[in-house]
Amino acid sequence: MHIAEGFLPPAHAIGWTIAAAPFVVHGARAVVKEVRENPESTLLLGAAGAFTFVLSAIKLPSITGSSSHPTGTGLGAVLFRPPVMALLGTVVLLFQALLLAHGGLTTLGANAFSMAVVGPWAGYAAYRLVRRSGGGLLPGVFAAMAVADLATYVTTALQLAWAHPDAASGFAGAAAKFLSVFAFTQVPLAIGEGLLGVLLFRVLVVSARPELERLGVLRRTPEPDQAPVPEPTPGAER
Amino acid sequence: MRRHLVTALLVLAVIALFATPLLLDGASEYAGTDSQATALIEESDAGYEPWFESVFSPGSSEIESGLFALQAALGGGVLGYVLGRLKGRRTAEQTAGKALTPPTTP
Repeated sequence: MHIAEGFLPPAHAIGWTIAAAPFVVHGARAVVKEVRENPESTLLLGAAGAFTFVLSAIKLPSITGSSSHPTGTGLGAVLFRPPVMALLGTVVLLFQALLLAHGGLTTLGANAFSMAVVGPWAGYAAYRLVRRSGGGLLPGVFAAMAVADLATYVTTALQLAWAHPDAASGFAGAAAKFLSVFAFTQVPLAIGEGLLGVLLFRVLVVSARPELERLGVLRRTPEPDQAPVPEPTPGAER
Repeated sequence: MRRHLVTALLVLAVIALFATPLLLDGASEYAGTDSQATALIEESDAGYEPWFESVFSPGSSEIESGLFALQAALGGGVLGYVLGRLKGRRTAEQTAGKALTPPTTP
C-alpha cells in the first residue's frame, strides 16, 4: 500500500498531507494523554506499535502470484481506539520512507491516511459491529485486523485511481485496475493477519487481563470461584 | 490441553495460508503489489514524471532486506519483551497470591 516517492502529483501530495495531519496530531496527543494518565498502558502501547512494525516489514506471498504486506493496525485500534494508531502507523511509514525507500515523504500523507487513519477506523468499526451484534472478543479482533488491512489497500487503490485516472475509462477504470492489483492479493493476507491478532489476544486475555478490563475490551467479571482481591493499602508496597 | 491445541491449529493455519501459494505456483516471482502499482502508473499514465526522489535508497537488495529485517527485529523484540513482562507479572502475582492468602478454614 506504499505509494512510491514522487508518484502522486504535488496537489495530491499536499492535499493528503493536509488531510492526514490533524489525525496524526490528534493521535500524538492521545498517546501522550494515555501514557500520562495510565502509565501502566505503556507496555501495551509498545505492543501495539511493535505489532505494526513487525507485520508491515514482512512481505507475504498470496494466491494471486504477487506479494504484499499486512498492516497490523487493527490491534492498537481495538486496544486504545483508532487515534493512537494514527501516530504509531505514521511512525512506521516514516521509518520505511527514510531508511527503506519504501513509500516516501511526498506520499507520506496519502500513505498515512490509508494505513494509519482509514485502516484503524474501519477495523474499529468492524470490531464494534461484531461486539454489538453479540460476537465475542476474538471474532471481533479477527474482524478488526482483517478489515483494517483490507480497507487500507482499497484506500490506496482509490487514491492512485484519483491521481492517475485512466485515459479512456477515467477514475472508475483506473480504480478497477488498481483494485485488481491490491485488493485480491490482500484477502489471504487479511485472513492471516486476523488469525495472528487472535493468537496475540489469546495471550493478552490471560496475561494482561487487568489492562484489558480497564480499557473496556473485557468486561469486569470476577471469577465466581475466586474471592475478590483486596485492594492493596496505599504506600504499603514500598 | 485444549488451549494448546487451538494455539497450534491457529499457527498451522497461518503457515498454511502463506505456504500454499508457494507450493501451488513456485515459479511465480511474487512481485510486490507496491511495485506493480508503480509499473501500472508508468504504463497507463506514460507522461507522468515522478517529481521527487527518495532521500535515501538502500544501495543493494541485500542492504534493503537487511533493513527490513531490522524493522521486523525491532518490532519482534519489543513485542516479545512486552509479552514476557506480562507473563512474568502474572506468574509473580500467582505465586504471591498463593503465599499471601492462606486457605481459609471453614
